[in-house]
Amino acid sequence: MVTGHGRLERIVRLWLPVGFFLVLALFPFYWMAITSIKPNAELYNRNVMPLIVHAPTLKHYVDLLTKTSFLVWTWNTMLIATVATGISLVLGTMLAYPLARMRFAGAGLIAMTVAAIYLVPQPLLFIPLADIINRLDLGNTLTSVILTYPTMLVPFCAWLLLGYFKTVPRELEEAARIDGANRVQTILKIFLPLCMPGFISAGIFAFTLSQNEFLYALIFLTKTSVRTVPIGVIAELIRGDVFYWGQLMAGALLGSIPVALIYSFFVEHYVAGLTGSIKG
Amino acid sequence: MTIVSGRLSGAGRVAHRRATLNVLLDRENVFGWLMMALPLLFLAALVGYPFIYGMLLSLQHRPVAQPGTFVGLKNFAADWRDPIFWQVTVNTFVYTGAATLLKMVGGLCLAVAMNQHFRMKNLVRALLLLPFIVPTVLSTVAWMWMLDPAFSVVNRLLVALGWPKPGPSWLGDPALAMISIIIINTWRGLPFYGITLLAGLQTVPPELYEAATIDGAGGWQRFRFVTLPLLRPIILIVTLFSVIFTFADFQLVYVLTHGGPQNATNLFATYAFDIAMGAGQLGLGASIALAMLPALAALIVALTLYMRRS
Repeated sequence: MVTGHGRLERIVRLWLPVGFFLVLALFPFYWMAITSIKPNAELYNRNVMPLIVHAPTLKHYVDLLTKTSFLVWTWNTMLIATVATGISLVLGTMLAYPLARMRFAGAGLIAMTVAAIYLVPQPLLFIPLADIINRLDLGNTLTSVILTYPTMLVPFCAWLLLGYFKTVPRELEEAARIDGANRVQTILKIFLPLCMPGFISAGIFAFTLSQNEFLYALIFLTKTSVRTVPIGVIAELIRGDVFYWGQLMAGALLGSIPVALIYSFFVEHYVAGLTGSIKG
Repeated sequence: MTIVSGRLSGAGRVAHRRATLNVLLDRENVFGWLMMALPLLFLAALVGYPFIYGMLLSLQHRPVAQPGTFVGLKNFAADWRDPIFWQVTVNTFVYTGAATLLKMVGGLCLAVAMNQHFRMKNLVRALLLLPFIVPTVLSTVAWMWMLDPAFSVVNRLLVALGWPKPGPSWLGDPALAMISIIIINTWRGLPFYGITLLAGLQTVPPELYEAATIDGAGGWQRFRFVTLPLLRPIILIVTLFSVIFTFADFQLVYVLTHGGPQNATNLFATYAFDIAMGAGQLGLGASIALAMLPALAALIVALTLYMRRS
């Protein structure tokens, strides 16, 4: 079956395009990684072959961790992402459950509104929100972003969970109701445990979205001690015209690792979330 | 005797009250709205209110940290006469159109290439999605370094392949800067297209291809008359999504070019940011952000209706 011709065809039809997309997707990360371990003498020397490292060093990492507040930014980013994701899952469930399971006046309208809010991009809201956060005196507090991130995450989680909830069969809940459990008990003890995969998908997605958020963090967080990784890296490793490329790449790589790790553990859930996020 | 009956009726009253509560909660109308009340209030306070407030701001002369004065549509009139505003409008449409087209075509190619059986397919799929999951700002910084005026690795490769030194000035030349942000947006968004379209492709029943082959259809004809029509709904949804978020893109441009050189890459979001946060003109900035609303509203309504129908 596998003839020379068949193998050639497989290379042309499969490995050539897939290889092209792989190189395209991964090269920036490769470049990030090798830049972060090159000494400055090598980074800024145009006569050295750039694609490999000649004298690897961890200097940029040491500088990043000791001379900047990178660890504080990482802690802030994680804390914000975790709390915002938690809030969004709870509020999202409270929206999605009635919409998925009950018939009542106005349900259709609410579902439409949630979908529409999910699609409202941040640039439409950031100016009034900045003024509101200012007036509430929440500038430079983690609360400001923990409060505002769920504005995009709640509709998103609700939408994703709504799709998931509809796939969970009703029979178990009905059986519990016949056995005398009330609605709240049924939801907490029977329904929610069945929905773990849905929560993992929505949670991972919300977590990566929080880590990726930039605009609100840029506006609300202007002190080093409250900054997140993306803002800290941009604001403090680029000073005027001076770019600390080694540290920038080290920071970009370290900042990407938490998301990439979580993603690699739950990649199937992530893909399910990705395809679920656009389904009605 | 009386004491006993009194105690009984007391317990009975509690039981009765609990029963009424349960009956009330059993009504889907009551329970549903009760459960949704908190999230709906939250969204009303932090999405609904800012949205309305943004509209009011756009009708005010409102320097930062000063009270606003109502000026009617003067901000919008100022936008209308502002040549940069029109440049920003053109930029945003060019950026959105070109990036969406590239992502759609590239994503389709990726999905078709991936829709074959091979070893480590799941690993390859996971790696291909990396650009989409890594925080945009961090990968954009890597691109910025790859396109650096003095040490661009892209240019060094081009020069090695025979391009005249020193190679293109990716972020310094207005047209090239626009091309750069389009390419990077495509790089980041293409996996989203590719993987969702791949999921769609996998639902196409193989019998349809077999039937088409028996009827004498070649590879291109199978793609054109079997794959494409079946994928159309998912292509439409992914595209609307992508258009909405590309149209309102902020962070990539803010990090890479700050809208420059000479506003060549300034988009609605970055320009609104400059005016509101940089120049401190909240009212004028709000009016620029709201200029996105007609197009966005049309897209959002279209997509919401479409998602509901399907």
